[in-house]
Amino acid sequence: MKLDPKSYAKMVRRASPPSPVGKDCLWAFFVGGGICLAGEVLRQTYLTWYDAEMAGTLTSITLIFASAVATLLGWYQKLAAHAGAGTLVPITGFANSVVSPAIEFKTEGWVTGVGAHIFGIAGPVIAYGTLASWVWGALYWAMSKGG
Amino acid sequence: MSIRRKDTLVFEKPPVIAAWAAVGGKREGEGPLASGFDLLVEDSAFRAENCPGWENAETLLQTKCAGLCLRKAGISADQVTLAFAGDLQAQCTASAYAMRGLGIPFAGLYGACSTMAEGLCLGAAFAGAGYSERTLVMTSSHFCAAERQFRTPLVYGGKRTPTAQWTATAAGACLLRPAGAAGVPVLSVTFGRVQDYGIRDINNMGAAMMPAAASTLLAYFHTFDAVPGDFDAVITGDLGVVGSELLRAQMAREGYDLFNHLDCGCLLYDRNRQDVQAGGSGPGCSASVLCSWILPQLRRGEWKRVLFLATGALMSQTTFLQGESIPGIAHAVELGTPKGEKNG
Repeated sequence: MKLDPKSYAKMVRRASPPSPVGKDCLWAFFVGGGICLAGEVLRQTYLTWYDAEMAGTLTSITLIFASAVATLLGWYQKLAAHAGAGTLVPITGFANSVVSPAIEFKTEGWVTGVGAHIFGIAGPVIAYGTLASWVWGALYWAMSKGG
Repeated sequence: MSIRRKDTLVFEKPPVIAAWAAVGGKREGEGPLASGFDLLVEDSAFRAENCPGWENAETLLQTKCAGLCLRKAGISADQVTLAFAGDLQAQCTASAYAMRGLGIPFAGLYGACSTMAEGLCLGAAFAGAGYSERTLVMTSSHFCAAERQFRTPLVYGGKRTPTAQWTATAAGACLLRPAGAAGVPVLSVTFGRVQDYGIRDINNMGAAMMPAAASTLLAYFHTFDAVPGDFDAVITGDLGVVGSELLRAQMAREGYDLFNHLDCGCLLYDRNRQDVQAGGSGPGCSASVLCSWILPQLRRGEWKRVLFLATGALMSQTTFLQGESIPGIAHAVELGTPKGEKNG
């Protein structure tokens, strides 16, 4: 066959349609921005009754709860198919990544299914988030010693 | 008997596909081939039948498909002498559980999306050699079972790339009989060789499988001094739009104008209306297109000779994550039109 892996890689690059970056970015910007705007509206509303710390906590709880319900109804995935990073980056995306395997793997049981898979997607975020907090903690400590 | 010509078995007395059936899901029912399906299920979770999970749903697709095929052949399951069946699930469980219910002597196959052609190659060889009087060849795939096994949970919010393909929720079944019975003749079968040209993108299976399709096609053309024009159509399994374009470009390089090329992945869905990215895939894709669209046209004599070439990507989630490239395979089945029918 008149083909080698190097020239084939070039052929494949030419033949494969690229992702529509402009359109994807607009979707991500407006949906992601919309979620953040909803968060701010919630925070301002909570501020009428609570202090800033409590209002922030309640905002996170409300967004996570809304994302879990939207995931359960299959709406979050439909929006994410267009919004991409717009639904992935906000706290709602993290909630979706935990709720979706919990729904999916309940057929394999509460322990070996839900329990074992619930952090299948979010696990790396938690692991490396914790590692990053250690690194930053050490730096912070060193800086405070120096100062 | 058959004659071996390099990688191809040519049947002097061609075995026939005596009956066939195709079952599809909702999205397949909204596609252009809907009218050719024997059964389209609105709820692919089979909730009304208390189906406990997606894996079981795929087993039901196969069970229903086998039942329809046998009913069309006018025989019962205990008259089937051998079944070759496969699917996309780990350990081929959809087929094994379907066969648990049917009780037919069973050999499980795994050829990823090439499994229907692999099964037909083996089934025709067994029928041609007189080893099996009534052989059932069946494959399936289920979008939801495949997603949860190979990708992410169904309701996880992810975005698909334009080169990704959509796993069909479908099954196809064929009943093969030795020469002499009525049906669509299998003129020859060609077993493919594994090809790997270094593609690592799991979202571009068409590109990973194209070299295998080209390799098997060239092996056939060179062995028989054939050209694409000898066939009414050369139909690949599920290269999708990207793999199809690459195949036509590669064949042009080799000196063949593949003007009559069609691809099951592009035929099963209408990409303009249905959000399936580069097209359909899965063992059920080529199997259901074969049984809903290709075989009926051959039986009616609208086509006289077709090369059906199902392609499969043979990696696993583990080898992919370990950075291995994706090997592909393609088996070819040469189909004719029944003798004595119009144009035949």
